[in-house]
Amino acid sequence: MKRLVKPRTSDRLASAAISAVAGAAVALLAAFIGYFLWSGRSELNLHFLVSAPEFSKAGGGIGPQLFNSIYLVFLSSLVSVPIGVAAGMYLAEYARPGRTTDLLRLAIETLSSLPSIVVGLFGLLVFVTLTGWKYTLMGGALAVSILNLPVIARTSEDAIRSIPPSIKEGSLALGATRWQTLVRVLVPSALPGILTGVILAAGRAFGEAATLLYTAGMSSPKLDFSNWNPFSATSPLNPFRPAETLAVYIWKVNSEGLVPDARQIADGASAVLILSVLAFNLLARALSRALHRRFTGGKA
Amino acid sequence: MNTRRTLSIVSVLAVAVAVVLAGCAAPTATTAPTGSNDPSATSGPLTGTVLAVGSSALQPLAQKAAELFMVAHSGVTVTVQGGGSGTGLTQVSTGNADIGNSDLYAEDKLDAATAATLVDHKVCVVGFAAVVHKDVAVTDLTQAQLIDIFTGRITNWKDVGGADEAIVLINRPASSGTRATFKKHALAGADEATGVALTEDSSGTVRSTVAGTPGAISYLALSYLDGSVNALSLDGNAANPENIASGKYPVWSYEHMYTKGEPAGAVKAFLDYLAGDVFKSSISDLGYIPVSDMKVSR
Amino acid sequence: MAGKSPIGRINAYYWKHEGLGRALATALGFLLAGITLALIGFLAVKGLAAFTTGRVPFLAFLFSTKWAPDSDPPAFGILVFLVGSVLLSLLAIAISTPFSLATALFIAEISPKAGRRILQPAIEIFVGIPSVVYGWIGLSVLVPFIRKAFGGLGFSLLSGALVLAVMVFPTIASLSADAIRALPAEYREGSLALGATRWQTIRRVLLPAALPGILTGVVLGLARAFGEALAVQMVIGNRVRIPGRLTDAMANLTSLITMDMGNTVMGTPWNDALWSMALILLLLSCGFILLARAAGRKGAAR
Repeated sequence: MKRLVKPRTSDRLASAAISAVAGAAVALLAAFIGYFLWSGRSELNLHFLVSAPEFSKAGGGIGPQLFNSIYLVFLSSLVSVPIGVAAGMYLAEYARPGRTTDLLRLAIETLSSLPSIVVGLFGLLVFVTLTGWKYTLMGGALAVSILNLPVIARTSEDAIRSIPPSIKEGSLALGATRWQTLVRVLVPSALPGILTGVILAAGRAFGEAATLLYTAGMSSPKLDFSNWNPFSATSPLNPFRPAETLAVYIWKVNSEGLVPDARQIADGASAVLILSVLAFNLLARALSRALHRRFTGGKA
Repeated sequence: MNTRRTLSIVSVLAVAVAVVLAGCAAPTATTAPTGSNDPSATSGPLTGTVLAVGSSALQPLAQKAAELFMVAHSGVTVTVQGGGSGTGLTQVSTGNADIGNSDLYAEDKLDAATAATLVDHKVCVVGFAAVVHKDVAVTDLTQAQLIDIFTGRITNWKDVGGADEAIVLINRPASSGTRATFKKHALAGADEATGVALTEDSSGTVRSTVAGTPGAISYLALSYLDGSVNALSLDGNAANPENIASGKYPVWSYEHMYTKGEPAGAVKAFLDYLAGDVFKSSISDLGYIPVSDMKVSR
Repeated sequence: MAGKSPIGRINAYYWKHEGLGRALATALGFLLAGITLALIGFLAVKGLAAFTTGRVPFLAFLFSTKWAPDSDPPAFGILVFLVGSVLLSLLAIAISTPFSLATALFIAEISPKAGRRILQPAIEIFVGIPSVVYGWIGLSVLVPFIRKAFGGLGFSLLSGALVLAVMVFPTIASLSADAIRALPAEYREGSLALGATRWQTIRRVLLPAALPGILTGVVLGLARAFGEALAVQMVIGNRVRIPGRLTDAMANLTSLITMDMGNTVMGTPWNDALWSMALILLLLSCGFILLARAAGRKGAAR
């Protein structure tokens, strides 16, 4: 009897402990979010979100920084999504097992574990100095793309691989080439997974600071939000202008800011960052669920 | 349906390629009218771009100047970028930036040949004060005491007239201009104790660390004093603009803007604006000291 | 013209519907490898300059604890930072792994439904929280807490390790969960059919079987901890000394690089030494990847 009870008790204890730890992880996250929403609550208003920052007096906003962050994510996605997804397609379908593929995978994994400051310094020499662009949004977007590419390539590969082989075989049996199968069958079915990867990468780009300090710069020229000509120096759309993003601004306001309300700005901007990351995640989930429903529902 | 999907994928790829290609071509268009070689700068409204890179200590002042300058000259875009004095000097000497902001003389950081190609513009004077946590009762130190504290010979506040409390040293990184100035003028060049002090990267973090750590001592530019920490006087002289201007308080340095060769066009106009009378009050407002106020020089 | 002959038509068809796409995907796949190579090459050139110019002696660089780049003559020994980085990331992993494993088990075994609905999204949000925010919360909440609870200055090995533990948690947890989920169902069913409880199954069957995957996660977490800069720099105090206690302040490679890189001029020995440290970071992260793959391969061979 005794020996029978004991394993059951320990089973219950262990399950309870595991559940408690998992619960604690969620609680910690909730505490983070709660903390920032609470400490940043006074700044979560429209004025803070849209107005320009101040250099020496209180009451500045984060408007240009917020815009820059969003635009940078957009630009870096333009570069990294097509390349990353194509690389994922190659890895999932065309790469033959062997030495070359092995090395390619090693390269991609190395790329994904590079410290972001190293990528930033690489960006400084290549996208800032070598190209002669100086500090630009585009340079920042390209540097962030280096960070995002391996993530997107990997999630795309995983998503394509997780499609049941019967679907692929069906397409091939009907006479489609492998590329046609990829583009018309596999990638569309894997779209929910790919999209999740893309949006998570976008979230990471949104919060990236170390890389952008050295590439997109720490200042934002005056932006004329009525000027939508992307080739004009004061247009917000011009990708070849310096652009301070939200995460960089948090770093700067903490370290060298002269504004008296630096603490509130940092709290408020952090709250905005966390909320944006939250929004990115919810968006990723909702989109991939909707896509999933469309593909599975369409057939039924 | 299928063709449309292929088309959309192909067009996304095409757009991406186009953006990358445009990226390679565009900078010539946007960076061409730099202020330094713009012939129209002498006549008619001033146009061009100015890129000032470097010292984070000078960044708030330069940014303020840029903001005001661009109101008067709407054709000019002035961009101020931090990154540190070293970055500023590197970028200006390679020609990537129009102005290199530095806390130190270029000769201290660059080799003599490179430094000789740069022209120094002293834009202001910045004073530094030793600062302590609010619970430290000491308000004045002699230079000898300050040296003993930072070299680790004195480790308790009771030895300099305070309460019995351990001294917590907070330093700036060895490469920082603030630290170099403090070491040279407050510590008479004495080497700080190694492996004792905490190191904080920037003025903002130094301030919050001193404010939050009992017994802490560090140093800050006067522009960062805000009442969260106590500033010490040195040998009986308070760290304020008057004492610095009259030469009574020795811990100060020039803030430099370097150009490669003599400036022209928008760059020159911007530097002239910084040195001009209109901007002088802003310099004082931000906690810096105009060079013209100084009765002593180095 | 070629379109007239059947072979030509097949070739053209093949090129249009297979070859072109394949070539494009292959080229872009290898572009990633090209970027990596470019980064490695670039860092190698910059990082080796300190030694090839003879201004920084290689052995002293690696094995000396004397870091005094601004004294005369300068000393460039990075051992303190290297040891600091190792201690910090190992401690972070030690703290994080039990929590990550428990979370992974919860997702994979205890309650897959709640795991998918709540924990998986939570983990992804953890990934997305920027390191600046982690640093900020560490500086304003964790450091004062450690000072009150454990004494010392608050800026410490412990603070840094705790911040890093949270930052590597999602990596280890999600890779471990994947590894456990990927085990064949027969393992689980066989063990349960023999009368083992769930905990016995987890401990005796699932964890050992998933160990290679878990190890991969741990090593990748280690790599992330090693390379993290901004968040760590804000909470460890950056005191150039090997910490003797958990509450001692310390220094590591990444924070030294972030603090000094901008203030030094390119081409000087000091700046070159910082690039050498970046190169060491890169080599170590390559090493970690190889380690993680070795762990994974051992599992595959079994």
